Order: sequence, then structure tokens, then C-alpha cells
Amino acid sequence: MSRAEPGLAPVTSRFFPEARIFAEGFASVWDLESPAMIALRARPETPGLEKAIHAATALPVPPRRTILAEGLHAAAWMAPDEYLLFLPQNRLAEALAAIESALAGQAFLAADVSDARLLLRVEGAKAAQVLAKLTPADIETLPEGELRRSRLGQIAAGFWREGTGFNVMVFRSFAGYARALLANAAREGTELE
Amino acid sequence: MSRRLSQGGRLIDRSARIEFTFNGRPMAGFAGDTLASALLANGQTLVGRSFKYHRPRGILASGMEEPNALVTLGTGGRHEPNQRATTTELFDGLIARSQNHWPSLAFDLGAVNDLFARFLPAGFYYKTFIHPRRAWKHLFEPLIRRSAGLGRAPQEPDADRYEFRYAHCDLLIAGGGLAGIEAALLAGASGLRVILAEAAAHWGGRAVVDGETIGGRPAEDWLDEALQKLARMENVTFLTRLMVAGVHDHGMVIAEERIGDGRPRPSGLRKRLWRIRARHVLAATGAIERPLAFAGNDIPGVMLASAMRDYLVNHAIAPGERIAVVTNNDDAYRTALALHAAGLEVPVIVDTREHSPGDLPAQARAAGLRCENGRAVVQVRGRRKVRGIAIGLHAGEGAAVEEIPCDALAMSGGWSPVVHLWSHCGGKLIWDEARQMFRPDPARPPINHDGSALVTTIGSTEGALSAADVLSGTREAVLPLIRRLGGKATRGKATAARSPAEGPIEPAWILPRAAGPELRAKAWLDFQNDVKVSDIQLAAREGYVSVEHAKRYTTIGMATDQGKLSNINGLAILSQELSKEIPAVGTTTFRPPYSPVTIGALAGEARGELFQPLRRTPIHDWHLRHGAEMEPVGLWQRPYAYPRPGETVAQAVNREVRNARENVGLLDASTLGKVLVRGPDAGRFLDMIYTNVMSSLPLGRCRYGLMCNEQGFLMDDGVVIRLGEDSWLCHTTTGGAERVHAWMEDWLQCEWWDWQVFTADVTEQYAQIAVVGPKARRLLERLGGMDLSAAALPFMAFAEGELAGIPARVHRISFSGELSFEVAVPAARGLEFWKACVAAAEGDDEREDLQLMPYGTEAMHVLRAEKGFVMIGEETDGTITPRDLNLDWAISRKKPDFLGKRGMERSFLAREDRWKLVGFRTLDGSVLPEGAHVLGSGQDDYGFRRVEGRVTSSYFSPNLGHGIAMGLLKNGLQRLGEEVELTNLSGPPIRARVVAPVFYDPEGRKQDVQS
Repeated sequence: MSRAEPGLAPVTSRFFPEARIFAEGFASVWDLESPAMIALRARPETPGLEKAIHAATALPVPPRRTILAEGLHAAAWMAPDEYLLFLPQNRLAEALAAIESALAGQAFLAADVSDARLLLRVEGAKAAQVLAKLTPADIETLPEGELRRSRLGQIAAGFWREGTGFNVMVFRSFAGYARALLANAAREGTELE
Repeated sequence: MSRRLSQGGRLIDRSARIEFTFNGRPMAGFAGDTLASALLANGQTLVGRSFKYHRPRGILASGMEEPNALVTLGTGGRHEPNQRATTTELFDGLIARSQNHWPSLAFDLGAVNDLFARFLPAGFYYKTFIHPRRAWKHLFEPLIRRSAGLGRAPQEPDADRYEFRYAHCDLLIAGGGLAGIEAALLAGASGLRVILAEAAAHWGGRAVVDGETIGGRPAEDWLDEALQKLARMENVTFLTRLMVAGVHDHGMVIAEERIGDGRPRPSGLRKRLWRIRARHVLAATGAIERPLAFAGNDIPGVMLASAMRDYLVNHAIAPGERIAVVTNNDDAYRTALALHAAGLEVPVIVDTREHSPGDLPAQARAAGLRCENGRAVVQVRGRRKVRGIAIGLHAGEGAAVEEIPCDALAMSGGWSPVVHLWSHCGGKLIWDEARQMFRPDPARPPINHDGSALVTTIGSTEGALSAADVLSGTREAVLPLIRRLGGKATRGKATAARSPAEGPIEPAWILPRAAGPELRAKAWLDFQNDVKVSDIQLAAREGYVSVEHAKRYTTIGMATDQGKLSNINGLAILSQELSKEIPAVGTTTFRPPYSPVTIGALAGEARGELFQPLRRTPIHDWHLRHGAEMEPVGLWQRPYAYPRPGETVAQAVNREVRNARENVGLLDASTLGKVLVRGPDAGRFLDMIYTNVMSSLPLGRCRYGLMCNEQGFLMDDGVVIRLGEDSWLCHTTTGGAERVHAWMEDWLQCEWWDWQVFTADVTEQYAQIAVVGPKARRLLERLGGMDLSAAALPFMAFAEGELAGIPARVHRISFSGELSFEVAVPAARGLEFWKACVAAAEGDDEREDLQLMPYGTEAMHVLRAEKGFVMIGEETDGTITPRDLNLDWAISRKKPDFLGKRGMERSFLAREDRWKLVGFRTLDGSVLPEGAHVLGSGQDDYGFRRVEGRVTSSYFSPNLGHGIAMGLLKNGLQRLGEEVELTNLSGPPIRARVVAPVFYDPEGRKQDVQS
């Protein structure tokens, strides 16, 4: 993460401490510097799974629907046999190799998907309202630490509450739509009741 | 004439004057007025013309049920037809125009329809316009379209903005009257998540207007305190101007919030559509007063008794100076008493009942009001406004016994519960004979996913007609519901109300009871669609015995108000005519929305750039900067061609095609789907998914594969590569990525759940760039980093390494017939790689310019068509098998099974004379129209010329200098060399020769050049 780059400003995420703002209304919307991401598919009972996730992120296997984060690493539960691991770019090759060796001989799939998704952030006391306009998920009751895979407007998205805001991930090709959608929903004067 | 009283009006603020115009005439009202109350304050009782007969019409109601007072609001981008004046809040600068009249509201030529009303009976449209056909199209339809109809459609794009809002709650309460507020207080105290939605701009429903005493205090005081309590409850969201439009399965509730109406916002936001997921819905939507049917009941000045009371109490409106009342129940006496108390003259209360023993009639008599029992209004006098009424015996045929001058008439035919939300998901109704109403049958509610009731009705919706009954019934219904939903039990005293004792209502569906044809033909049921008592009777006589048929035949209840006032009266008349009981006739179906919802609100934010998500490749912006004409491919945006200044798109395509064959072209193929498949059973799995063998593919090699559905029809194709011992990467078509991935997961999760295979859609991880043409290898060698010689990387092989310092996987595959490398790089570096290719092609003193040009999808199509390569979606349409496309070589005979194997063995798909792939070349070299049919001989059973094939792809080939086409033809390549005729929409059939579908380099030498 290039913290020194001009235009970066702090947000209240510990996981993505700095970001680039692109829209400001009753909440602000930011581009996050994407870390490396690994898609890991394996059944939860697979021997070596814990070791693999730990080797890549220093975190345990995330329970159902949760995202565990520590420093610049995170491990997210995506589906009953799928995880998404976040780690600094410079650790990617080493982490992939560690996963391969921890799970050698087991049925699994690990792939570098660092470029497949982009990360955005909605920041501010009313950030939940921005998402409440776009997703059928019950955003008000979404607890910190839960990653929700749902829909924003017309596209698939994942999001989780962190600090005074939400981190949002979308597939790369939809990023233009996602930015415009979030910026529109956060427009000044359109707060919910 | 109506006017504003000098005192009163609980909702208006006399210090805030508001100016508006009606039909260009400047008028003024006060803050808190609706457009309807402001029009009445200005004496404007004539507000529109009826749909069919252009009868003068006035304001009839005070809420959403209003059938007459429809106006067009605004101009330009804010032009909105058919808006109810009764629910339109007045704002400064409001522009309203009446509808359906020509040339003016006061003098309307269309009113001649009224004189010829007997020639325009029910079912007129069906009867008159069937024959002759031509007359319908050229004579009747244009005439009817001009003379009938409501407002005009807007001509400009909507200037306002809209959005959605998702909400979740345990309990959604629709309606903020006495019942709804009491329920919200109870549920709010229990800790449940509650949303209370009131469609109007104010709370309290009828309680305040009717002067109820709640908990020993005036209703207004009780209401203020209740709202303060609700405001302190964090778990309760309560909003006015939020109309619950529909209840759908699984507690999905749609509601429309009015935000900018009358209060334009800088944000431009006008409406917000709520999508609420509610565990339970409480319908507290009240009841609607029914009109009475008597001759002239549609003349301006005749108004629902409750509406008159609303305008009087809420807006200080006197509907006239001498106001008569006609009723079959006690409630209308409230209006008489209120008018009397306001100092207006009430010359008579005409009551169809022989006796009226209730408290309210007693109060009226005590106040000295004249009450005529057993009487009916036999005719209203006046044309554009009420001048008086003729009254007679209700039991009679319509002989007038007395003329009573008056300038307004209040009518009440009893109350109908607003059961819509109960009925949307299938809640059933019962007929309550004592109260003369259809009310919800608690034994047959709409059912939720778990078998419990989805909706509960409270208050008047349930049929309660007094404040006391409303409050006790609400408590009785809501407390068990709170327990069921897991809320805390509420202690606390029940709120009580004292209501006057009311005498029974008496059915009175037509006044007088034995009214003759002349009177029945002037007694309106559906005011907006101009349906009279006589029309329903005619429909019944003509055999329309089902209420749904009678509705469609007469159009009763089919106007924008959806029969809120007319349905019950109409079906009562129908039941009389059929000599059936009312419940035996039944009601028509209640469908959402309860009241019309603005189309813009339903679209939400999806307009302009947010209309549809567009998918952009990592190289998208470069394409735009270099003049690309983009085309949609699924949701993706792809360059179609890159026309240069002064060049047409067709010229650009030809140039790009030629250049790829002569020099080198660059294609952004990032949109191709890429699905990673890995696991001990991955090879076995792919052997099932593809028609050919993938398990035997050697490491580092590529193989073209076909995918069929179970029917044996081709559904996708692409190149599969073997990445490792247990991992493969499957390329799919651009549109097929999600579908193929979901297809694989479907089989793995539902059928072969014990196979050890995992898949991942990695489409978005890579930018994929095809470097195509005889100079392709030289270009990539200039980037440096990998040995791409024919020996190191033969045709249908791939290698991983770095090119220009960027991690790359290079595939030697060709969809063009040329030497071709498809290079996959991380998406974030796709643009960098693309630019590196462009730069590397440039020449200088040292090196030759390689003449690189990017090419778009159209050039890609021409290149593949010259080579006879099929395209999913062009040559296939879901009914084409691989054999139809001569792809037998890609269907394994060795494999015991694969998806589609059994399907394609069915006799119809296996027969030899199916339409099969061939090439067509026109005799004159022209380009065949795509989709042209090959003409056969003779005619089919329907008298149409037989066809025996069609063109699936057709292009001009710049390399060959003539048109080339692929298509499907009966018996396929067996007819090689034959001349056929193809259809041509713009002239005589075109003659073409059947040729092999490979037009260019049939030996395939070019794709395997060694240097």
C-alpha cells in the first residue's frame, strides 16, 4: 500500500488505513488500495486448511459469514467451501506456495484473484443509509465482522462494516457502475429519515 | 358555490398564502391545502369531464379514491397526467390543468356523446368495432382516441430523480389512523422493529375529523401525545406521505414515499420506492365511503358525506350554502351536524330507512334539522352544478313528491373496508350482512412461508366502524401478534373511546328502489369510466354473469381509481339483476398497487449512466481515446471497430481485417470467460462437461472443446488448457462465463456432489490480448522475456513467463486463421501490456514498423467467418447440435458418457437431412442479408412457401473481395455446388452457390507459419 502517494487520506478502517476519495455527499465514497487476494476453495474439514489460512494471513479459519482481520491481513468466509484471503501484495507468491504445501495431497483450489475485484469504502455516520438504498440486505443489523455477499443496485457485491463505514468489494469490470451508484446514493440532501 | 369559511381548518395555515393556477387562472390557497381543497376554496366545483360522455364532473371524495378530480400537473419535464387533486399537496407555483375536454372545460364539444349515450352502451367497443376491420383502424380508433381518454402522456424526459430504499421490520403498519397509531404504540413498547406508514400528509385518519373522544380527551390531544411517544421509540420508524402500494409473498412490501411533491428539493429527489421485508403486516388502511346510486349523482356539488366533513374540518371549506344530505346509515348525520354547527344550512336529511333510532339522528332532530325517513333522492336538478333535489318515496318508482332547492348534496351509502393489502396475497373476504360490507375473513388470511398469517387487519379495515370498536379490536389483535413475533409483553391500560350508538345500515343500491330505466341510465356507479346502473343491468341481461366478465364488459372498476368507489355498488346491482346473494357474486380481484405509483419511482436510480451496469475491460479507456465505436456484448462494452478520421465504420472494418492478415492486429479479448477447474476428479468432470476428451490433454497444451446441454444442443465453446496435474482452465464465450460457471457448479453441487472438484470464475483476474497476424511473433519478441518460436511454443500450446516485464500466459491459439498469440496478463497490468505492444510495433532507424492496428469485434467476426469458424449465438440458437455444424470430430466416441450424449442420439437430432452448416457465395458477389431464408419448393400446410435453410453469418470479405456467408441448409454439404435462392426483403430472391464454409486458406497454413 503506497501510503506516501499524494491524494491519499485516512479513513476509519484499520484494515485499509488510507484511501482516495471520489465522492462526497451525506457520506463519502472512497477507492481503496487493493491488497493481494487469494481465492481458496476447500471443504472446512480438509486437513491442513487451518495451516494454509494461517500461513497466508496469520489468522484462523473464519467462521460462517465472518471476516477476520488483523493488521493488513484478513480472512473471509465466502461460502461453505470457499474463503477469500487478503494480504500485502509482496507476500502473495510466498503465501500461495505455503497454501500449496499445507494442502498438498488434498482436494482444494487456490488462485490469485488480486485483480478480479476492486475495493471501495463508504465512510461516515450515515454510511449505512447509502447501502440501504442499494442492497436488499438488512444493513442496519449487520454486525461488525460479518461479510455479506449480496447485491448493490444491479450488481453482485460483498460488504462489511468496519469503523464508521463499510468496505465494499465489486468485480473489476463493474467498478465504474459501482462508483457512480454509490456516489449517487450518497448525494447531499437525500438522507433517509 | 363552494367557498372558504372565515374560521377553522385544522390543517391549513392562513398566514402562509400559496399561489397556483388552474387552467391558466391564478388562484390562491393556504399551506396545508390539497389542490382539491384549494379549488373548492376558490369556488371551482367543476374540475373535469368524464371519460366517455364528457359529463361535467366535480370533486367527489377527499382521498385516494377520488375518481373525478384528475388533473395534469406541471409542464415540460414535470408534466404529469391523471394526478388526483385530492392527494396533491398545494405548493407555490403549482400548475394544474383539467383533462379530457375540448375546446374548454366549461364548453366541451365531446359532451355531445352524452346526448347520444343510448348509442354508446356497455360493451359498445366490442359490439361496434369488430367489423368492418378497416373502419376500426381508420375511423373509430382515431376518433375514440381523440375524444376519450384522460391526460396526455409527457413529451419530455422526467426532470426529477428517484431512488429505492430497502427496509426490514418485524411489523409493518399500513395506515396512521386511530388503529395504526394505537398498534404502533403497543408494538413499539414491546421492542419490535416497527414501521408505521401513512399515505396522507397528516396523521390521525378520521378520528379528529369525526370529533372522537379518545381516552377521555379530544382525539387531537391524544394524537399529539401518541406521536410524541412514538418519536421517543428508536425501534419505530413512522412516516407520512408513504403509501403502501402492495403486499407480496414472503412479506415483501412495496411502498411509495412522496418527497419532492410540492416541496421540490435541491437534490431533485421526488419519490423513493421502499422495498420492505416485513415479518408481519398490519393493514390499518381504514374504509372508504360508498356513493349512492341515484339519477344525477355525478353532477358537480354531489359529494361523499365524509369528504364534505373532511373539507369542512380540515380546510374550512363550505361545499355550498344549502347542503342536503342523503343516506342509508347513521354516519352521514355527522356531516349534517358538522355543517349545521358551522352555520351552514342543511335543508333536509333524506334517509332511505323507515326508522333511524341511533344517537346521531336523534342529535340531528334535536338540533332542529329536518329528517325525511323512507325517502330517496329521485333526481338531482342542475347540469353543471347542483340546483336542487327532487325527493320521493324510496319504495317507489321515482315520482317526485317534493323539490328542495340546494347547491350541494352529501351522500353516504355506507362504508367498505380497504381490504386491498389483505387481498393482494390471497386473503379471503366474507360478506357482513349486518354492516353491508365485504370484510376480511380472519379464518382465511394470506399465508406466509411458514403457514402463519402474513397480514392482520385492524380498525375499519377489519370492519369496525366506531372509535370504541377500533381501539378494543386493535388491542385484541395486536397483543397476541406481538407475542408471536417475540416482542415483550405490554402491560398498561387499554385506550378507551366512547362512541355514539348507531342504528343499523339498510342496503340501498339504487334510489329509489324501483327506479325506472330513465333514472337508472343517469345513476352513476363508476364515475371515471362512465358506468351506470343501466350498463351493469345490460351486461347481466346479455349473459355476463361472472363479476370479472361484467367488469371487463362494462369497464367498471378499470379506471385509474381501480373501482375504489364503484366495485361494491356494481356487484350489488349485478347480484340483484341475477337474483343472487351478494357473496354468491363475489368481488373482483384486488391487485397491487393500491393506488398508481409513478413509473419513475419503480425505475429508481436506474436511468442515465445507472440504467444498466456496463462492464469495462482494463483497456476500455484506451479504446475510447482511439476512436473506437463500442458495442454491447452482454453487459460488456467492446470495440466494434476503430474508424480513423474520414473513414466509415465499414471501411475501418475492412482495413482492420486486411491488416490482421497482412501485418499484425491487436484484439482486446479480456471479456472471454475463464473458469479454473481443479481437483482429483477434475479430468473426469471435464470429460462429462465437454463433448470431447479433456482428461487426456497434456500439460501445457490447449484443446478446443464444445459444451452441450442435456438435450444435446450446443451451448458454449472455447479453448481448454491443462495447467497442472489436477487443474485445467476453461475459456468460455464472452456471454457464457457466468452461465458456464453456474452450470458447472450446478452439476457439482446437485448431481456429482461427491466428486472432488472445485471451480473458480477467474474471468476478471486477467486481461487477455490477442496478437494476430504474420508479424505477431516478431512483435512479441520485441517485448522480450519468452521464447515464442514455433519449436518452443507450437500451435495449440501455451507457456507462462514474462513479456515486457509483465507476468504473462501466452496461448498459441487462433480464431482468425493467422499466426496468433493470446496473452493473458493480470488485469491491473492489461493496459500496460496493450500499450507495450503498440509501442513495440513502431519502427525507427533501426527497425521496421510492424504496421500494428487494433481491431474490433466486427473484424474478428469477418476473420473467423473467412475461416468458417462457428460462433455461439450466430450459428447456434439453442436448437443446434455440434453435428449440425459438422463438428463431429469434437464429439468423443470413446467416452461412455457426457452431457448431451443421450440427447443428440434422439432420432430427430441424429437424422441425416437436418439443416447443416454450409457456406454460401452469391453469384454476383454481393453480401447476403443475415437471416435470409433459403427457398424450397412448394408450400407448407399453412400456405407459406417452404424454406430449407437460413443464413447465420454474412459479411463482406475484404481479403477475397466478395460477400461470404455461413448458414444452415437441409442436407448440408451434400448439396455442395448447388445453386439456391435466398429471400431478400428489398427485392427479388438472391441466387447463391452452396460452397464449403472455409473461404480463406483452407489448408490452414497461415496459422502455423514458422517464422
